[in-house]
This record gives sequence, C-alpha cells and structure tokens, in this order.
Amino acid sequence: MSKMVTLTIDGIKVTVPEGTLLVDAARQAGIHIPVFCYHPKLEPAGMCRMCLVEIGRPMIDRNTGQPILDENGQPKLQFLGKLETACTNTVSEGMVVFTQSEKARQGQKATVEFLLTSHPLDCPICDKGGECPLQDLTMAYGPAQSRFEYEDKIHLAKHVPLGDLIYLDRERCILCSRCIRFQAELVGEAVLTFDERGRSSQIVTVSDPPFDSVFSGNTTDICPVGALTTADFRFGARPWELKAAASICSQCAVGCNIVYNTRREARSDGRIVIKRVLPRQNEEVNDLWICDKGRFGYHYTESRARLTAPRAEGRPVSWEQALQKAAEGLRSASQKALIASGRLSNEDLYTLKRLADHLQMPAYLYTPIGGGEWVRRYGLSTGSDLSALGKGDAILVVASDLYEEAPLWYLRVRQAAERGAALIIAHPRTTRLERQAPHQYVLRYAYGDEGEIIERLRREAKIAQTLHEARNLVIFFGNEGMGLEQSESLAAACADLLVETGHAGRIHNGLIGVWPHPNAQGAWELGFQPIFDLQPLFETMDALYLVALDPFGDGWVRQNGRKPFLIVQDILETATVRQADVVLAACAYTEREGTFTSGERRVQRYYPAVPRYGDSRPDFAITAALGAKLGLNLEAQSAARLFQEIAGAFPAFKGLDYARLAETRPQWPPTGRADYPFSGTAQPNTQGMGKILSAVAEGTMTPLPPTMQKESLRPEEGTLLLVPIHRLFDAGSLLTPSALLHGRIGAPHIILHPKTAQEAGVTAGEKVLIEWEDRQAEALVKVEEHVPVGVGLVPRSMGIPLSRAARARLHLAERVR
Amino acid sequence: MSQYLLLRHREIPEISRLEVYRQHGGFEAFQKAVTTMTPDQVTEVVKASGLRGRGGAGFPTGLKWSFMDRKSWPHYVVANADESEPGTFKDREIMEGNPFQFLEGVAIASYAVGAQRAYIYIRGEYQHIARWLDEKIAEMEAAGLLGEKLFGTDYSLRIYTHLGAGAYICGEETALLESLEGKRGQPRVRPPFPPTFGLYGKPTVVNNVETLTNVPLIVQNGAEWYRRMGTPDAPGVKIFSLSGRVKRPGNYELPFGLTFRQLIYEYGGGILDDRPIKAIMPAGASSSLLRVDDRVLDTPLDYVALRQFGSDLGSASVIVIDDTVSIDWVIQKTIRFFKHESCGKCTPCREGTYWMKHLIDRIREDGKEEKQVKLLLDVARQIQGKCLCALGEFSTMAVVSGIERFPEDFRETVLEGVPG
Amino acid sequence: MSLAQKYSQEIQAIFAKYPPEQKRSAIMSLLYLAQREEGYISQEAMKEIADMLEISVTEVAGVAGFYTLFHRQKEGKYRIQVCTDLPCALRGADSFLQELAQALGVRPGETTPDGRFTLEEVMCVGACHRAPVFQVQHGDTITFHENMSLEEALAVLKKLE
Ligand SMILES: Cc1cc2nc3c(=O)[nH]c(=O)nc-3n(C[C@H](O)[C@H](O)[C@H](O)COP(=O)(O)O)c2cc1C
Ligand code: SF4
Ligand code: FES
Repeated sequence: MSKMVTLTIDGIKVTVPEGTLLVDAARQAGIHIPVFCYHPKLEPAGMCRMCLVEIGRPMIDRNTGQPILDENGQPKLQFLGKLETACTNTVSEGMVVFTQSEKARQGQKATVEFLLTSHPLDCPICDKGGECPLQDLTMAYGPAQSRFEYEDKIHLAKHVPLGDLIYLDRERCILCSRCIRFQAELVGEAVLTFDERGRSSQIVTVSDPPFDSVFSGNTTDICPVGALTTADFRFGARPWELKAAASICSQCAVGCNIVYNTRREARSDGRIVIKRVLPRQNEEVNDLWICDKGRFGYHYTESRARLTAPRAEGRPVSWEQALQKAAEGLRSASQKALIASGRLSNEDLYTLKRLADHLQMPAYLYTPIGGGEWVRRYGLSTGSDLSALGKGDAILVVASDLYEEAPLWYLRVRQAAERGAALIIAHPRTTRLERQAPHQYVLRYAYGDEGEIIERLRREAKIAQTLHEARNLVIFFGNEGMGLEQSESLAAACADLLVETGHAGRIHNGLIGVWPHPNAQGAWELGFQPIFDLQPLFETMDALYLVALDPFGDGWVRQNGRKPFLIVQDILETATVRQADVVLAACAYTEREGTFTSGERRVQRYYPAVPRYGDSRPDFAITAALGAKLGLNLEAQSAARLFQEIAGAFPAFKGLDYARLAETRPQWPPTGRADYPFSGTAQPNTQGMGKILSAVAEGTMTPLPPTMQKESLRPEEGTLLLVPIHRLFDAGSLLTPSALLHGRIGAPHIILHPKTAQEAGVTAGEKVLIEWEDRQAEALVKVEEHVPVGVGLVPRSMGIPLSRAARARLHLAERVR
Repeated sequence: MSQYLLLRHREIPEISRLEVYRQHGGFEAFQKAVTTMTPDQVTEVVKASGLRGRGGAGFPTGLKWSFMDRKSWPHYVVANADESEPGTFKDREIMEGNPFQFLEGVAIASYAVGAQRAYIYIRGEYQHIARWLDEKIAEMEAAGLLGEKLFGTDYSLRIYTHLGAGAYICGEETALLESLEGKRGQPRVRPPFPPTFGLYGKPTVVNNVETLTNVPLIVQNGAEWYRRMGTPDAPGVKIFSLSGRVKRPGNYELPFGLTFRQLIYEYGGGILDDRPIKAIMPAGASSSLLRVDDRVLDTPLDYVALRQFGSDLGSASVIVIDDTVSIDWVIQKTIRFFKHESCGKCTPCREGTYWMKHLIDRIREDGKEEKQVKLLLDVARQIQGKCLCALGEFSTMAVVSGIERFPEDFRETVLEGVPG
Repeated sequence: MSLAQKYSQEIQAIFAKYPPEQKRSAIMSLLYLAQREEGYISQEAMKEIADMLEISVTEVAGVAGFYTLFHRQKEGKYRIQVCTDLPCALRGADSFLQELAQALGVRPGETTPDGRFTLEEVMCVGACHRAPVFQVQHGDTITFHENMSLEEALAVLKKLE
C-alpha cells in the first residue's frame, strides 16, 4: 500500500495516497478544480492552464528534515509567488492549497478569457451545447465580458471531416490535445496530431483512411468543447431533449456498458428513436470507452428490413396462426433441431433450451468457434477484473486479432501491458496488438499448425517461465484459421496450460473465448452444443427452429432440393427468413429487457430503450407461446422471473437476480453532469455493473474428455490457402443498415502478401475471381506485408461465403470474362 | 595574459585547426580530467569557479552537474546551440572560430557527469556550423580524442550534432529535448528537470555553448584563476552580442563588471549618427526595456546588477535603441516575434501573444488610443505568471516595461520612429 | 525512387547517431533529406519516413508542420529569407526587404513568375550585427548573405542558377 498524505484544500483536510495529483485529490474531497486539458485517464499535459491554484508547501529545515514552525507553532508555508497547475502537481504532506482565492480565481478567469478570444461562441448551434465544459466553466469562472474585439477572431473551417465518422470544427477547438493523447497514449494509434504551431496549431490526421482508428468516437466524449462531433449525431438533437436507457453493447463478446439516448422524432413518424450511443462507465469492463462499431452500428434496429409481424408461407398472419403452424411443424417432424445464436439473451436461450428438452430435440449454438465448455469451467471467476492485471501478471493471446474482434479487450490488454503485464501473442501474422502494444513474446506459427501452439509455448523456456511465474494468467483464444473442432482443441490445450501453471480457478485468472456474439458464453453456460456446418442438418432433418441466425445469408447453407420445415425467428428480413415456412417476428434487444453473459462470464442487464416495432415480441415470449402450444408451460411475461429460474437451475448463476445485477459500486473517475469537464460525457453507471458467474473450476475439476484434433490445412508451395478472418466492420446484415460505416466496410476483398500477389500475377486494387471447393466469388485484391506467403485472407461476412480454410485458385476477373 | 579566453580565434586565426589548437594547449584539460581526476573532482572545480550558465538563466553550472540522478543511466550531455534569441550571435562565432575549445568543453562536461554520448543541438539556420563541427568531431575521433577507451582509460565518448529546423522554443531545454527525441519541440512540464528526466527520460545536462567553452580553461587553470576575473556574483568573462543602433555592432568578450557605457561607447563606437541613447534591451527580445540614464550606463554588469532597474542580463544580447526609434514600434517587433515563435502548447502564451499582436497593430495603425494601450498592458500582465515555460513570460517583458517606462511613446500620434 | 534507395548510406549514417531504440530522433535529418530534391516534403516521403521510424505518418506530419524550415508545398526553387526581426530592423532591414521585393516584382510571401525565387520574411537568424541579411534556402541547404546592399543582394541572386 502506498503511503498516505494529508493536505488541506480550501480549508478541507484531505488524505490521499502519495503520488495523487492535486486535481484528483481535490475532486475526491468534492472540490472541482476546473480543467480542460487534464483527463483522469490521460497523462497530465499541464497546457491549458485552467487549473491554476495557489499552493503552499511547508518549509523544511535542511538539517533536521522537520517543518519549520512559525510563532504559533504552525508549519511555515512557502508559496511560489505564482500560480501552479493542479493537474501536474502531486500532493505532499502538509500542503495547503487555495483553489478559490482571489489570485487563483484571477488565473482561472484569465485562462477562460484567453480561450474565448479564439472561440466562436456559437453555442446556440453547437452540438455540445448543454453538456459543454467550456460553456459550464465559462459560466463558473470566466469574465462577464470579453475585452477581445469580435472582428479580431480568426475564422477557420467549421466542418472538417476527420474521416467518415468524426467532424472537426477548427474554430471551436481549444487545442487541449485530449483527442491526440487519447489516441496516442491509450489506443497506441497516433493518428491525430497538431499541425503548425502557436495560434496556427490545428488538429489534423493524415492516416489512410483518415482517423484510422476504431476508437475514434471516444474523442467526441472527451473533447471539452463542440470541436469534435460524430457524423452520426451532429445536428441531431440537443442533449437536454434526450432520454437515456442503460444497455449493453451487443456487437461483440466484451459487453461494454452503454447508454442509448433516445428522442421522439417527427422524421420517424413520431416514433421514439435512438439518437446516439454513449459509453456508460464500468471500470471493470470498458472504463469510459466504447468502439466505433458499438457507437455507430445500432442503425439495424431501425432498419426498413425490420420484421413487424409473423408470417406463414410468405404472408402476414396473426400470432395465433403462426404459432399454431410452427407447433404443428415441430410436432409432426420426427427429426428436428433447434439452432440459436449468441445474440439472444440468457432468458431467451434458457426458454429455448427448455423447449428443446421438452421436444427431445438437440439445442445447438451456431458458432464458428468452439471451446465454450472449457471456458465455462476455466473462465474468469467472480470478482475478476482485467484492470487489476499489471506487473507480474501475464496475458496470452492466441489466434485472435483482438483489435478487430473485441476492441475493448484490445484496449484493456494493451493497458495491462503498459502497466507491465507480460503480453505473449501467438498468431500466424502481425496484428495491431503486436504493432501497438508492448509485448514480451511473439510466437509465429503457420496456419494449420494450431495444434502445436501450446506445446511450442511450453518448449520456449522464457515463455514457459513467464507463464509459470505469473501471479495471474489470463488467456484469450480465437479461431483464426481454425474450424470448430480445432478451436475446441485449442481451448482444451489452453485450459491445460492454466491448470498446469497453477492458475486455474483463481480470481483474475482464466480462459476467455473471443466469441463473435454478445451472449455466446451464455449459451455455453446454459448447455447448448456448438455447431457450424448446418448443411447436414438441412439434408437430414424434418424440421428446424432457427433463432437469430442467417445461414443462407452467410452463404454457408445451400438449397439442393430437399428442405426441412423451417421456423425462423428473427428481427430482420434475411435470406433465411425468405426461405422460412413460418416467420416469427422478434423485437430488437433495444426494445425489451434481458441479460447477456460476456466473454468474461460477466452477466449484465440491459433495459428497454425504445418501444417495440410493430407486432414484434421478445424472443423468450415467442418461444414460451410456442411451448404452450406444445404442452409446455413456460414463463412468458417477465424476464426477471426467467432469470430467477436460471439462477435456480444453474449453479454458476446461483444467488444472482436482477436486483443484484443492478448494483453499482463507487467508481473513479467520477462521471455525470457535474463532471463533464473532468471525465467527459461518458455516462455514470446507475443501473448495474453486472456480476461474474462463479467458476465451475472452483468446485468440481473433473477434466473434460480430450477433444479431437482434426487435420487442418497448411499453406503449401504453389497453392493458395484461403483463411477467413474477422474484421470489425463487416458487411453483415446487422451492420450494413448503418450507412455511415459503409466507407469503413468497403468492398469484398482478399488480402495477399506482395509475393503471393506477384506469383498470382495480380496487383493491389485489381478485381479477381476466387475459386475454392465448388464455389467462387469476386473480390478486390489488397496487398499487405503481414500476410504469410501463400495465404489469402478473406474477411468473414463480406460477401465471400468462405466458411473455413480452403485451397483456392485466383484469376483476374477480367481474364475470366 | 592574452585578451581572449573564448573568442581566441581573433588572436590565433588558425585555432580551428586541430594541431594549432593542440599547440596552444588544446585537449590538455580533457586529458588531465580523464586521466588524473575523478568526475566529481571535475564537477567540484567547475562549482568552485562560480561559472554560471550563459544560456540566459545564469544557473551555476557545477551545481547543475551535481544534480544528475545517479540511480538512472545512461547519462547524456546536450549542448544548447539553438541560439535564436533576437540579438544573440555569440555561440555562432565560438563554434565557427574556436570549435575545438567548445568541443573540449562538451567532452569534459560529459566526463564529469558520466555521459558517453553527447549531442549538440544546433539551430537549423546554422547548418554550415553543423557540417563544420561534424568535420571537427571526425578529426577528434581520428586523433583518438573521442571514441573508445580514451587516453588508455575505460572512458568512452561520442559527440553528435543534431540540426534543428527553425523554432526559437527549441532553445528552451525541455523543448530542445523533445525535438531531439524527434517530436514537436514543445516544452515539458517541469519538474522533473533534465538532470532527473532528460533525453530519452534519462538524466541529462543541458548547457549553453558559451558555458561549455569556458570549461576547458577552468579545468586547466583552476577555479581560483577563473574567479580572479569578473565579479563575485559572476566570475569570468562574458561575450556581449551588441546590436542595434551602434556604430560597431558585434561580439565583445569582456569580464563581468564592465558597464554599458564602456560596452556601447568604448567598444561599440557609440550610437549611429551620435544620437542620444534611449533604451537598452540587455537580453535580446526577451528583455525588459531599460530606460537609459547615467545610473544605468555606469552600473557594473553581472547577473544581479540589472535587477535594481527591473531587467535582467540574460544572454547579454544587448540591443541598443536611440531616440529616433519609438518604443511602440519596438514592442510591435517583439510581439510579432513571440507570436510567431509561441509553440502553442499553453493557453496564455498562444492566445495572449496573438491578442497582443492585434492590439499593437491596432495601436500602431489606428492611433494610440489610451484604452487600447491600457488593454495591451493588461493582457501582457495577464499572461505573466501563468505560462508553462518562460517564452510566454518573455513575450510580455518589452510590452510591460515599454508601456510603463516610455509612456510618452504611447501617447504620440501614428507611425513615427521607425528606423530607415 | 524512394529515399531509402537513393540515400541509403546517408540514412545509415543518420541512424547511427542515435541509440537503436531511439530511431525517432532521426526524423529531422530525414525530413531534410526528403526536402533535398524538390525543396519540399511530399506526402509519399512522409509515409516512407514514418515506415522507417515505425511511427504514424500523422506524427511525421505533425513534426514537419512544427518547424519553419520544413515545407510541405512546392514554392520557388530558392527561398530568399530576409531577417526583419528587431535588431536587423533597427539597421534598416524593413526597407531592405521592400527594395528587394520591388526589384523582384513580388510581395513577401510570393514567388517570382519564373518560379525561381520565393521571397520570405524570417525571424532572427543570428546575424544581427551584419544586417541587412538574408539566407537562401535551397533543397536542404541554407546559405547566409550578410551586410547586404540591394545591389549585392541582386548580384547574389543572379549567380544562383
Ligand atoms: C524560450 C527560451 C529560449 C531559450 N533559448 C536558448 C538558447 O537559444 N540557447 C541557450 O543556450 N539557452 C536557451 N534558453 C535557456 C535554456 O532553457 C537553458 O536554460 C540553457 O540552455 C541552460 O544552459 P546554461 O545553464 O549553460 O545557461 C532558452 C530558454 C527559453 C525559456
Ligand atoms: S509559454 Fe508559449 S512557448 Fe512556452 S509552452 Fe506555453 S505556448 Fe509554448
Ligand atoms: S493545465 Fe491543468 S487542466 Fe490543463
């Protein structure tokens, strides 16, 4: 524990750990020292000079080391004679600070007046109006009147796009460099800088694409003025018109806490719609941040393709008719199965599983990556927190590109590494994590050799030693280059490693599967079996109940004559919906409540943000109604009651209920209205920080049966190995409705090493025809050094229906024609 | 005793050749230090000599060296050859004329603080000097005066030049270090100071060229010898860069304790056209303007003497202003300079210099309205004591002192006193 | 041709000046190199420098933008930079600039129609005792011309091919 120091700020005695910055110490005592450039998550820059205060330090006798006392026996204080910045000075014993003295007030007033000389004061048309630190601090600290001649103001560009997502207003920028430092320090992507200097300084990006970072939206939250705004929300609404609903981002398995800001919108026929997404503080999950997919990818919820009513045989029907038809289909089928995706809530999945059990049909989780059973046993346990990792701990990332697959984990792993955690990366190619995070070791292996990764880690003496000696060990595994079976084997090997290094079952330790969906872990916990190749089911089953998946759209299932009776439950009109015999219209998760279990096994609640679309219903309610037709009595009304049932039925959930999930804990930094200048507009957490499930490994440790290692494909001389990879911005049906992201999504493409491209006779930007197995697709060629020779990387859900690694041939598209 | 200690090329024109420099005792001090003294002994001698930094702040050099954090390694020495203060051109002449003595000073300083690598940060405009020093450094390496295991000891040293590219702020030591690290040349928050956290985060001594050029002679001849020159507050000699409205502008190497009258009239040949002298800026554009009277002219100069008149000696870049020049024009020039050179990092300097520029332009163009003059003074005062580094402070010196001490020049009507 | 191909030896020598893990220190020298041929630093050159230093191209641009001797726009072949700072101005630099501007037929900041000269005002260059003074920036070189009269200045410019 660090030493505690007591000081006096504005007459209040404050005791804080040594090394605390004065500005933070004051805030802890409830004293708001105004700041612009300081942000509690960034290194202090001391540049805006807003936090000027008077600091007196006790004079110390050189000989005795004791404070010199005055005639009253009080320590004599030494003041520098000039004001000092509270954001760069750390506390010391006996320090006396005045933040409101005449002199300090004058300093603060001066800074505001200086800042306003260049500021356009266009508050009435500014998006930040109402939640603007500059506005607030001007009111509180600024001069009543500016002595600066209005005509002398510089006029600068007001609508400068820094890429597709973020706009810069150069006039409003007060050059605090928070955005620059956020990108450089926290993200490790220095894609913003000042150009020029002095009063000519301005924020620029020259990356390609511009502002090339998936964290760009966060800069708009911490910008203390209306200089940075999102293309999504600009001119969209005034902050005080907005309502806020707590939610959980559903774009990946991290489970970032967010807020949906909503408003009734004339342009949307008077509906209440989502206007923007803001991060909601959860220092155990996402701090104050979210990625751009989470921030901008919500538009599918208001897509024109939303299903508003059930259908049968292609026509809208009543719920009664649809359910009747579905029930008949299931009842009469002898071979039937249920397939659900990890997008559904725990309550939905639990209900579905009950129905499947009742009908004695298998319940499958549709997933390209396996191993969840291992995570269920060896995953993080209650109380774990990635932000606790640092020096002495180790993090292993295997076969996953965290930046693209789970951006906030990338951020947290990067920060743990910055704090000194040993980062070990095993991946067939260079990922951003490797480029932008301090790491100890990189294990490079060939695609196809995944089965040996863990063995090789054991053999590298230094790595093995690091893993063994680590106080805590967290392992992230993905499935790049692997099928379901291989990734399951990998998970098993990782679990072995945890056991063998003595880390299994301990807090801050464990296995994390980098699932593509928000609640895949929930499905594993609730007993779903993984499946990825659905073709055999389509060929053998009489009836299938598909919930929240689109295998036809993915292109991985093909029509060949025979078709089982298809019940499809979804929120959007998908290719699979078009094949369905019965369509059940579900509402989006933003329109109801529920829980997700994140990849860290943290169960978190989300709340309804907007009203339901048309006649759509929550998934669990639909399933319960279907169950009722099949003689099964299921809870159909209350998600909370369903959760209670789950807690009763599954030991890992024991003791949890909605009330406990809604609990919050005190967090630093403070957030909320009064703290916008301090921490930015990330929202305070009042509706729950969630709870990590208790680990099965804590109790029973029965080893799972060894999984089968299936032969995988390796790159070979003279052939091209196609490998599907995950990219954050893909062309999946949930992302394409967000038009703003189209530039980031781009066209279908294949990424080759320069050598591979040369051998194939293709160059960057050319269109090629890819042929594999009995399929083909067109794609643009990208050439990047980090791809292994002989490999073609193909992003998933980008229009190229490649489900697993395959050998392929390339032709120039023109040549083919 | 010869007349020059630093500008020795004026007596020995060939001293920039290695063999000539060595014939005149060159590198004996370095060899003496490395082979017969401990680093701490070298630092002690420099401390005892009373040598103070010539870069402007006048900080005791030996004391600075003794602050180097011994728990953190490696150590670096960085010579500040950024010389960009308007009116300053002394380091240039040292490096052009007497390069080896400067380099020897760098070498000795490096030995004293245990640095095995030293950098010379040279302003971009002095590109010819960087190339010239590169040649001299190569000659030293060839002669075994730099490199591995010098003079048969375990001490190794390399010196490198690093060229700036046009930024006055890079003379500020922490901005200089940022620039040397390949970043935008903006000052760092201090503390920590360079002897704790300097180049690449390692303990670093930053010294001015002139400061370092004194060092070989001090080590060679001893502290006592050095203290015999100058004043008790400022022992030794100083190069005064004399510019402005004098007949013979140029560098004058003189012991501390001489007077402005001597400097300007004896050495500088007096004022152009024999006009009356009106004002002196003793430390370049960063000076408080001195209103000249006999007391000012006859005060023996050192680092404290000018404080009684509300000014500072700084780098001793003496700009002389005669009665043909109006002070509002002078401060227009200085404001323009500081606005151009403000790095933009901190608010008061960035916005304040810009605001002052507007005000002085308006005052000079639209007539000297009292309200505007008062506002200009207010703004300048409002900048003071709030900036991250001293540049912002510097930008206000001439403004405040000019308006306070030459009120008549802010009452006259437009556009007078511009030198032809 | 890339910088790395053209100046591989010089680049090696530049990197040798700094500790291997402090490559970034080489940035200013590399920017000068990039400026050698055309007198300005192109976007491609910045990209290449970024790759060499393993930093982002945006960071390179930020550094290039900070310093006045780096240029990112093509201007006249020679930049004639007259110091008009206080000490020089006290010795007639302002009128010297005006005369030179008139003789060249451009205003400060402009380039002669033949593209040979860009006339610029600069801050103190450390030659205050030899005013009027200008420096000529050409590629990555800078040459001082001190104690200038208009005639001498024009003679200097004439000699620049
Ligand atoms: C704005 C500014 C510009 C400076 N310029 C120079 C300079 O050009 N040369 C110099 O030696 N010191 C300059 N200094 C002082 C340096 O920061 C530093 O104090 C000095 O190099 C220390 O060397 P010394 O102790 O030998 O004087 C400047 C300081 C400031 C605040
Ligand atoms: S005082 Fe001026 S030069 Fe110094 S940090 Fe502030 S803006 Fe930069
Ligand atoms: S200087 Fe302290 S908050 Fe900006």
